[in-house]
Amino acid sequence: MDHFPTNWGRPRNDAFDPYGTYPIHQRPATKDNFAEGVQRTQQPIVTGTSVLAIQYKDGIMMAADNLGSPPPFLPLTQSDRILSAASYGSLARFKDIQRLHQVGNSTVIGASGDMSDFQAIQSLLDEVVIDEFTQGDGHDLGPAEVHEYLSRVMYSRRSKIDPLWNSILVGGFRDGKRFLGYIDLLGTTYSSPSIATGYGAYIAIPILRSAVDGRVDELTEENARNLLHECMRVLFYRDARSLDKYQIATVNASGVHISDQVHLDTSWSFAEGIRGYGAQTQ
Amino acid sequence: MPDGSFAHPQQRQFNPYTDNGGTILAIAGADFTVIAGDTRQSEGYSIQTRYAPKVFRLTDRAVLAVNGFAADGNMFVKKVKQRLEWYRHAHAKDMPLRAIARLIQTMLYAQRFFPYYVYNILGGIEEDGTGAVYSFDPVGSYEREACRAAGAAQSLVQPFLDNQIYFKNQKAAAGQTHPTHLPLSDVLSIVIDSFTSATERHIEVGDGLEIFVVVTKGHSPQGLESIRNVQEVTTRADTDRMFVIRRELKKD
Amino acid sequence: MAAASVYSGAGFDFTNEVRNTFLTDRGIPLPKATSTGTTIVGCLFKDGIILGADTRATEGPIVADKNCEKIHYITDNIRCCGAGTAADTEFTTALISSNMELHALSTGRKPRVVTAMTMLKQMLFRYQGHIGAALVLGGVDTTGPQLFTIHPHGSTDKLPYVTMGSGSLAAMAIFEAKWRPNMERAEALDLVCAAISAGIFNDLGSGSNVDACVITASHTEMLRNFVKPNERAVKERSYQFRRGTTEYKKEEIRSLVVEEDVTYISAARGAEGEAMDTS
Repeated sequence: MDHFPTNWGRPRNDAFDPYGTYPIHQRPATKDNFAEGVQRTQQPIVTGTSVLAIQYKDGIMMAADNLGSPPPFLPLTQSDRILSAASYGSLARFKDIQRLHQVGNSTVIGASGDMSDFQAIQSLLDEVVIDEFTQGDGHDLGPAEVHEYLSRVMYSRRSKIDPLWNSILVGGFRDGKRFLGYIDLLGTTYSSPSIATGYGAYIAIPILRSAVDGRVDELTEENARNLLHECMRVLFYRDARSLDKYQIATVNASGVHISDQVHLDTSWSFAEGIRGYGAQTQ
Repeated sequence: MPDGSFAHPQQRQFNPYTDNGGTILAIAGADFTVIAGDTRQSEGYSIQTRYAPKVFRLTDRAVLAVNGFAADGNMFVKKVKQRLEWYRHAHAKDMPLRAIARLIQTMLYAQRFFPYYVYNILGGIEEDGTGAVYSFDPVGSYEREACRAAGAAQSLVQPFLDNQIYFKNQKAAAGQTHPTHLPLSDVLSIVIDSFTSATERHIEVGDGLEIFVVVTKGHSPQGLESIRNVQEVTTRADTDRMFVIRRELKKD
Repeated sequence: MAAASVYSGAGFDFTNEVRNTFLTDRGIPLPKATSTGTTIVGCLFKDGIILGADTRATEGPIVADKNCEKIHYITDNIRCCGAGTAADTEFTTALISSNMELHALSTGRKPRVVTAMTMLKQMLFRYQGHIGAALVLGGVDTTGPQLFTIHPHGSTDKLPYVTMGSGSLAAMAIFEAKWRPNMERAEALDLVCAAISAGIFNDLGSGSNVDACVITASHTEMLRNFVKPNERAVKERSYQFRRGTTEYKKEEIRSLVVEEDVTYISAARGAEGEAMDTS
């Protein structure tokens, strides 16, 4: 029962308030029957691991593997406990996740973190690109604009304590200029000749920096591709949540190109001579 | 677990803040102000980038250095610049320095219960032509000073400035007094030494140094001629002059 | 009771444990120990083992020591790099070094790396991780070159190339990309330098110089400050203070020279005094 008479509806008095502007006190917010169904991302569910990107002579190149991992323990209710014990754990669950996405004609984005949030971001961006196109004013969005837009989206969501749980790289080439930038769930941004998210920031960055810093204008497309291939291999060796299948995106004067799946060849022969972990010899 | 369960629904609290390291510093002279910051942006033990500016030109005579949580810092600078542009459109002139300082205070305090996690130092030239430094805390308490250091290495740099700029714990020679303002060349060497020393002893400081120098209109920028890598960024002939000096710092 | 306060048993003293827990709960944390938030590595090559370390020691975000030594002596043919709590790595390696010497004397044999590894892991396991030592142990003995990592809880690993510390991922990336079996000495030394440098320049917990140690069957070569890529820039100013800069409230000068007059009281004993009994 609503005890506020003003909420019952008030007869309009044209004599002194013809437009109904007289402040009636705040109505109680209408109850949202789905409130319990609306959840903020408090933790990522299906996640993608590192994204790597570098600038090179003619543009930028970005790489991400195709794995989507479920969390170590799915947050299930009491009744599902038995199920969860036998659940995915660190199983390589989805092996064909696309983590590189073209935006407009000169930009590519790659994301690690929650894949559902990333797909929501993709729809947001696709909408913005279409809106911009339908303006028909000859302008379109380049990498700098996409980066700025994403930084605003991510920062405003963190300020609502309702973050989009991702680290995103934005790369592109437009008007003869390379662009490579980073945005994460806090709205933190930066750019650098080489950037990596997730474990890549610890494992790939040392290799990338020593090859790229101060040599961007000398790196050929082939150099860049080999460099990223090598880093993806090292990541597959050392990141337990990674996959030996990845895609590589190239953005240069000729536009955006996202490759087919590339397979990594790996060698484990070093292990053959090792016996045990300590004093064992047999 | 005693009951055999191990699948606790894990709850991770989202923390909307982080610390991106780095240090900023500003010193006011009689007719100039020097505002400087390193260019490393870090999180935890990782360097995110070796070049992320922390010092921003606001007007022809005002420079703002921001330090703390980089996302808040960049957003704050963006909003201050927007307010200054509105002011220009409304009044056909740049906002004076002391007014910018008050503006920054109100903008910071407006976020009192979800603060910008940012330490601001505003430097520039006042309307009377003197150099000025304003320093702020994250929720808007501010003060005009002759010098201030903030950020990761504040506790290393500020005592050094107190000693070298304010001559704290230094007795003047008999019959002499300490100068109230140091010349530009001395200030620049103190700024550079502050950053090379902070780089030695603080892990979050390093990579690059960006120094802005604002000199009162009509006064000569004496002391700059001997400095390497000086770039003049003055926009118009009839204003105060502004220079940027870029230096490398150690990268370890 | 007096004896109780003088006597102390072997090993660590836990008498303040209850008090310290109480204080921690009341919001008075224990003092922070110096940690070597470090990059340390070891790698196998054709003739033996090369160990490497950076030289930065930190206390939180402050650099406590710009040029500390993290490659510790165990025996002539065994060395150990330490990461983690500085005091723990120093005391643990020193203790094991002593015990290895005693062990070598009692067995009359050249010490083996597995012996040191076993002593270290048993000690660390006994202390359940409270001794915060993360170690890279390497050496050459009669069984050939040996390389191990030992974690603070006592687990060990045996691999041809290993890394530890906060820069371990950076260093391991270099090893994973470039290590090959049977490398020449110069090649392996370059690789170790590259791995340590990756830590120095990409991990804030690591910095300053590269230390290396090459251990072969015939001898051990400690290359202290092998590469110094981070020399301090020359200061812009001299910070010499004028004499009399520090103010003082009062001045008091005391002579520290003690003057003493010696007067011989008994001439009967002779000028040289009584002879000392030296029988």
